[in-house]
Amino acid sequence: MFLKKNIGAKIALLPMIIISLTVFVGCIIYSFIYSLTNSKLIPVFNYVGFDQYERLFKTRKWDVAVENIFIYGFVFTIGCLVIGFLLAVLIDQKIRAESLFRTIFLYPYAMSFVVTGLVWKWVLNPTFGIEHSMHLWGFTWFELDWLVNRDLAIYAVCIAAVWQGAGFVMILMLAGLRGIDEDIWKSLSIEGVPKWKSYIFVILPMIRPMVITSLVLIAAGVVKVYDLILALTSGGPGYSTTTPAMYVMENFFSRANLGQAFAASIIMFISVVCILAPWAYYEFYFRNREAKA
Amino acid sequence: MKKFFSILLTLFIPLSFTNASKAAGHMEAEVIHWWTSGGEQAAISQFAKAWEDMGNTWIDTAITGGENARGTTVNRIIGGNPPTAAQFNISKQFVDLVEQGQLQSLEEVASAEGWRDFIYPKALIETCEFEGEFYCVPVNIHSSQWMWINKEVFAKAGVAEPNTIQEFINVAPAIQDAGFIPLALGGQPWQESLMFDVVLSSTLGRDYSRQVYGDKDVSAFRDGRYELALQTFRDLNKFVDEGAPGRLWNEATAMVVEGKAAVQIMGDWARGEFAVAGKVAKEDYNCVIPGEEKYVGLGGDVFVFPKSSDPKVKEVQLKMASMMVNPTVQANFNNAKGSLPMRLDVDTSAADACMTMGLELIKNPDALLKDSDDYNSPAFVNAWDDVLTEFRNDSGYSVADAMDDLENVLTSGL
Repeated sequence: MFLKKNIGAKIALLPMIIISLTVFVGCIIYSFIYSLTNSKLIPVFNYVGFDQYERLFKTRKWDVAVENIFIYGFVFTIGCLVIGFLLAVLIDQKIRAESLFRTIFLYPYAMSFVVTGLVWKWVLNPTFGIEHSMHLWGFTWFELDWLVNRDLAIYAVCIAAVWQGAGFVMILMLAGLRGIDEDIWKSLSIEGVPKWKSYIFVILPMIRPMVITSLVLIAAGVVKVYDLILALTSGGPGYSTTTPAMYVMENFFSRANLGQAFAASIIMFISVVCILAPWAYYEFYFRNREAKA
Repeated sequence: MKKFFSILLTLFIPLSFTNASKAAGHMEAEVIHWWTSGGEQAAISQFAKAWEDMGNTWIDTAITGGENARGTTVNRIIGGNPPTAAQFNISKQFVDLVEQGQLQSLEEVASAEGWRDFIYPKALIETCEFEGEFYCVPVNIHSSQWMWINKEVFAKAGVAEPNTIQEFINVAPAIQDAGFIPLALGGQPWQESLMFDVVLSSTLGRDYSRQVYGDKDVSAFRDGRYELALQTFRDLNKFVDEGAPGRLWNEATAMVVEGKAAVQIMGDWARGEFAVAGKVAKEDYNCVIPGEEKYVGLGGDVFVFPKSSDPKVKEVQLKMASMMVNPTVQANFNNAKGSLPMRLDVDTSAADACMTMGLELIKNPDALLKDSDDYNSPAFVNAWDDVLTEFRNDSGYSVADAMDDLENVLTSGL
């Protein structure tokens, strides 16, 4: 009964299901098995129990990496959503040369993370970026050393990332705003609701699907952030801007420490599942039932 | 659509190579290496030329960055499609491959040609020999214990050029007052640890270095001398400009070449940057190995030959290994590379003043220094570097904390 329903669609999906199961699930199981070994350059099954995990949690660098991914995730998602929404609202005010502004704000998104990283590396570098120019113009008190200051470097990374991602969120939100019926605006103005209140309490809930889409797309980018940081700081100064993904890649390639890399990637996987599972459950299952009921 | 074609193209390029190799009768060899800069390209093409002069075909697979190149090699070995030859550093990077039986033994040609007699320094043999058989070919020697000095900057600042790290620390404030950056440093972990190791070996000597890195002797590590080296390393920090983090080594060298900075502590490959800029050794710039006693490390490159299921490949590999140690090929290669050859009977008349210093030193067995990566796995060396780079960048990271973290690495069994 279950099989017969939409049989054509199910057959069409079969290759994707097989690929997902073998490649994704298979590789996760493989990674877990080899995370219990002391594999160095090549995977060798030499069982050592949970030693790799123990070492991982004792490593200061890993702590820094985990802390960074939380800072980055928080600042980047909130920054993109807030700035993206504000830009969308501003552009929605029937301004002149709208398409020009739209292009300007969306343009950063067309660039790869590597290019974004390099551009901001030069802009923020104190010896030839903004700080240097300001000094040359006589403002010698000016200081912008975020990139070389180990406490602030991760925020410099966030700035570059928000600069790149905000335009994308803007476009999604703008599409949502354009879908709002003119009549709603009319009734809001008859009721005398201030504009900012209408946006926050009426319009924002109405474009909820757009907000969720933006959030999912942005959040997916958080966990795998790698190339931006590599181009911008290479994890430095020291290892103050390193991330879990960089930790994994390093142990895979330059450090010839496969067991450790597998262990770290399994921990990454588990944390992503822990964060996403309750939310996905709510969003796709719980709400579905609500809608049906 | 364009992307689709480019993917298609990349899929078929390797295919067309394998087809060609089946059609042709002569020997074909694919070599993976990471020599992509101008001077490096000139050097590897000496190997390619010698190989092609023998009537063979050289397939050049140059991959930027040592890590990427080594990663590719390992992936291809695991994937069952190994290259004929692949570059590694003189280090423990490829020990795993030998232990897992992935590399071709070169013993046949090594004993026939008497490699053990002419390879110099003998320490290179230890790198390549496992259970009495040769598994790699050392091709050159690079040392990292050098201090590169811009003579003009010192003249302008009115201070004497230093011969030791301490002398440099003494004169550095005067250089700073004269408006120059005393120490050019690229703030990447490997550059920071290179500088630290020069501080360590030049102030504490070769035996101490061996006790810590080789014997992993905790009591020697804890006897106060290592703290001293860390403190000196921190003292040097005052003389580095704030733009250091993330700077590449050649950018730092350029600061010395252009006269913005006075000194860089860097390996002998920095000499190439001075040469390209038209600077003359001992006239425009000076090269000094700091310390009362001079040591040169044995860094450098080797080639390994992954095993293949095809018996013909072994023949090709042995022939190529023999070509790489040939004295004429060695002379051409190392003159182009600016490195020292791995045998003494090589014509080095093209060497400049700095290279000659290295050549003289290397003849003295007591001056040879083993680096940490000659003793330890990449995982160990990198974990060590992690602590050093944090220590340099975080002034709140105390010497005592760094010592504890280093001891953890020392006893971790990595």
